[in-house]
Amino acid sequence: MSSLTNEQLERYSRHIILQQVGGKGQEKLLGSKVLVIGTGGLGAPATMYLAAAGVGTLGLVDYDVVDLSNLQRQIIHQTPDVGRPKVDSGRETIAAMNPDVEVHTYNERVTAANIRDIIRDQDYDFIIDGTDNFPAKFLINDACVLEQKPFVHAGIIRFEGQLMTYVPGAGPCYRCVFQTMPPKDAVPTCRQAGILGVMGGIIGTLQATEALKYLLGIGELLTGYLLTYDALTMKFRKVKIPRNPHCAICGEQPTITELIDYEQPACDLRKH
Amino acid sequence: MKLTVNGEPLEIEHPISLEELLVVAKAEQPEYVTVELNGEFVDHAGFASTRVQDGDTVEFLYFMGGGAR
Repeated sequence: MSSLTNEQLERYSRHIILQQVGGKGQEKLLGSKVLVIGTGGLGAPATMYLAAAGVGTLGLVDYDVVDLSNLQRQIIHQTPDVGRPKVDSGRETIAAMNPDVEVHTYNERVTAANIRDIIRDQDYDFIIDGTDNFPAKFLINDACVLEQKPFVHAGIIRFEGQLMTYVPGAGPCYRCVFQTMPPKDAVPTCRQAGILGVMGGIIGTLQATEALKYLLGIGELLTGYLLTYDALTMKFRKVKIPRNPHCAICGEQPTITELIDYEQPACDLRKH
Repeated sequence: MKLTVNGEPLEIEHPISLEELLVVAKAEQPEYVTVELNGEFVDHAGFASTRVQDGDTVEFLYFMGGGAR
């Protein structure tokens, strides 16, 4: 007997008729917990689709406030939200969209000191990296490896994007591919290089897709693959990536056994 | 010599090192690129001494930040 209410049966009916989801799958989603770190270009669409899909618990981490320049792509925030904490406007958007979803907000920057506690706070099943800087990306990777939690990495810049999914013990981590962080400002950020607004929608929605597949236990994840997308040529490429036995965090003899804070996030070119 | 670089065919006349290939194939910011040769990562330290052979498949994987702000 399904625990879904009549309203839920209707709300999620297009999921439920999918053979790979069904009522059981929908119940799984309602019982699942996903942590979204960064509620910006990637995190905004990812969060919205996960909320609409009925992932029952969502955690939102962001320390920033909504800026007018965010609204070109960060669709979880609206014009009246400018100046408000992103986690607050994110929570309200989710609440209006789907009352089935319980939202936990963390209005702080992820650091070596708090990230493991945030992951443990609700014992999240899956983590989405929607951050915009390499110190955070490496921190999320290392924390997920140490906490043995799956996560999906993504990056977007100009007209390009990439993503990969880490599942403990099942394939390479981000650090297997990108061993050490590039020096500060060596690799441009969206703020410095620009970003076509839809890129977050495309890649963030692919991140949400990976989360849903993982939670449902269906299909093939981007574990052991880096997916790259070029919007100008409309080319998707799935590049097979091996585990790195010498990886500093998930290799045979890891040299990173606890988290440290890397350098500060990318510099702000805009004058405040 | 026929190579496949980032999924595209590339013909070169003589055997060259990965370091030279990065230039020939116009890799962006070669100092930060991750190189995969026939499915295995090659350390930056090995770029000059590793030569590409006919039929090799090479991937350049780039850092991509972006997302939140």
